[in-house]
Amino acid sequence: MDLTFSEQETAFRDELRGWLANNRPDVEPTEAGEEAHYERRRDWQRRMYDGGWAAPAWPTEYGGRGASLTESAIYFEELGRARVPLPVNVLGLLLGGPTLMVWGSDEQKERYLAPILSGEEIWCQGFSEPDAGSDLASLKTRAVKDGDGWVATGQKVWTSGAQHSKWCMLVARTDADVPKHKGLTYFLMDMEQDAVQVRPLRQITGESEFNELFIEEARIPDANVVGGVGNGWKVALTTLMNERAGLGFALQIRLRALLDDVIAIAAERGLLEDPRYADALAELHVRCESIRLLAWKGLTDVERYGQPGPEGSLVKWLWSDTNQRLTQLAVDIVGADALTIGASWSYELLRARGNTIEGGTTEVLKNIVAERVLGLPRLKAAA
Amino acid sequence: MDFGFTDDQRDIQRTARDLLGERATPARVREHAEARTTDTALWRELSELGWPGIAVSEEYGGQGLGQIELSILCEELGRTVAPVPFLPSAMAATVIEHGGSRELSERWLPGLASGETVGALGVAIDGVADLVIGAPEAQVIVLVEADGSARALAAEDAELTPVASIDPTRSTASVSAEGNGEELPDGCVGLGRALISVSSELVGVCDRALSMTLDYVKDRKQFGVPVGAFQAVSHRCAQMLLETEKARSTAAFAAWTADADPERLAEAAAMAKAAASDAGRDVTAGAIQMHGGIGFTWEADVHWLFKRAQLDAALLGGAGRHRARIAAILADRLGASATA
Repeated sequence: MDLTFSEQETAFRDELRGWLANNRPDVEPTEAGEEAHYERRRDWQRRMYDGGWAAPAWPTEYGGRGASLTESAIYFEELGRARVPLPVNVLGLLLGGPTLMVWGSDEQKERYLAPILSGEEIWCQGFSEPDAGSDLASLKTRAVKDGDGWVATGQKVWTSGAQHSKWCMLVARTDADVPKHKGLTYFLMDMEQDAVQVRPLRQITGESEFNELFIEEARIPDANVVGGVGNGWKVALTTLMNERAGLGFALQIRLRALLDDVIAIAAERGLLEDPRYADALAELHVRCESIRLLAWKGLTDVERYGQPGPEGSLVKWLWSDTNQRLTQLAVDIVGADALTIGASWSYELLRARGNTIEGGTTEVLKNIVAERVLGLPRLKAAA
Repeated sequence: MDFGFTDDQRDIQRTARDLLGERATPARVREHAEARTTDTALWRELSELGWPGIAVSEEYGGQGLGQIELSILCEELGRTVAPVPFLPSAMAATVIEHGGSRELSERWLPGLASGETVGALGVAIDGVADLVIGAPEAQVIVLVEADGSARALAAEDAELTPVASIDPTRSTASVSAEGNGEELPDGCVGLGRALISVSSELVGVCDRALSMTLDYVKDRKQFGVPVGAFQAVSHRCAQMLLETEKARSTAAFAAWTADADPERLAEAAAMAKAAASDAGRDVTAGAIQMHGGIGFTWEADVHWLFKRAQLDAALLGGAGRHRARIAAILADRLGASATA
């Protein structure tokens, strides 16, 4: 056991810290318009790209730094510590790019990777559907062969950033006569066509991170099939595995920052001496540290043994529950600001309710832990 | 960064698990628990193997290994609820070695390391400590007061009243020191390490409670299916794993800090004890519940784990007390950065 960084990892961290000390995103625009906020984050990615920090985990041949898993985790920890946003094209950088590196043709890598990195072309993820959430493989959007391409029709939901996106990672059914996991194909769909309509979904926070996609005979050329026709489930799993690995780190460090804020406010108001708040905050501190340790353990297990231990599914579960407890406790400690529209604490309170749903509901995570980690039998779903 | 054990540590773990799997079988533990006796044959064997002195310096006759190795043994002994005074003796040795004078170490550590001497550690209020584990067998007793001061005294200088606790796998007594014994100048440092040892034992208790539960719910059928297929059951099992891993990760971190990053020891030990105390109670309670009616019977072995967890959770302060300690550390840190 050695919980310190190697010399190389420390050098990586120090270089990034140095860069972040000299490079900050623009100040947040005061007016509420979502466009202005989005542009600010797009500029920020551009600056990170120019500094060589948009995607350090990408191999050097694609413009990254070939960072190790540990260095990549350090990257997210440092962004969190510096309290700067993630690059805006996070889905392209963390999901789309790495999926293409595994499954894409040379032409696809040549065409798509560079604009993901620079933020020139934003990506979104067309997986979930109104009737295919946790049971993703039952999705109904279909694509039919037509000449040298495909025609896709269907509906997607929870599509983050679709209104800004050029490309959609679309999973569609291309063969209805085979078992549900086998008839899927992974496409890159051009979002800039009339056949694709984006309708923002208003969340309980009042903002619209997510969208519905209405796809009515959208054209997709053969060249935009990733990983072969009928192989979509496997390609999609690559994307989903990347989703759990990278983001986890950014999230735990964000939780840490929020907790530090609440502790500071509690101390200011003398509430750290109140046993009720002291107990609740200390418990959150223990959970936060435990999440950090479990996240690191999961990652170093992958580095050493090639596969994660049971920690991966536990980290997301524990993180989402802890963030909800934290933001709820903040209502008692922070007071009115946590219930006032426009205040960051009220936003965090509401946004946290999505944490136990997005990226795998807690109930599904418990099933995964029970079946895959504990080896418990699976109850056949009612027909 | 590496959370894994070294090859040597893995060997210690494997050897300990194999040995205890043979010697501390459920039947043998039950025999001693029902008779409320220590397994002296096992204690002798462990002593010959050098277990009690694993973390005691070589100059005092120990093996000179660290808290990580000690924690590995604590976890394995917790897993089997072995009826031997290992934990109290090891805790007394750490507090004496890391907090006591040289003379005190010379007097007690060689015996504690060889297993010829048994030690005990208790938290006292004005010199009186309740439920001190191992005290009836001990030749040396360390008492720690709430203000952090500590004293070590020979058993004959203390007034002992044996008490039968709910955990019959070890002996307990209330101890009154009456100002006798020798003051330890630096009791807090050793106490942090002692907290980690208890936490590691609790991790072992949790791990065993979960694995017994999994065996049971995979086997027990109702409505034509193993009950482990029902989400009400499987999700509780998943919750038990989450609690166990939370305790394991914080205990492992604390064990590492003890030797590698002592400045963080106090905080890490408090975190480990808070997490392990809660996990110990919840996971063993879950084990009884998931066993259904069987789990409530004397015949099933899950109750030994629940009882051990209850005593360990309370030992050296429960989760609430250690969270209060963590809050104080967080407040100090804020104060320090504000004045810096």
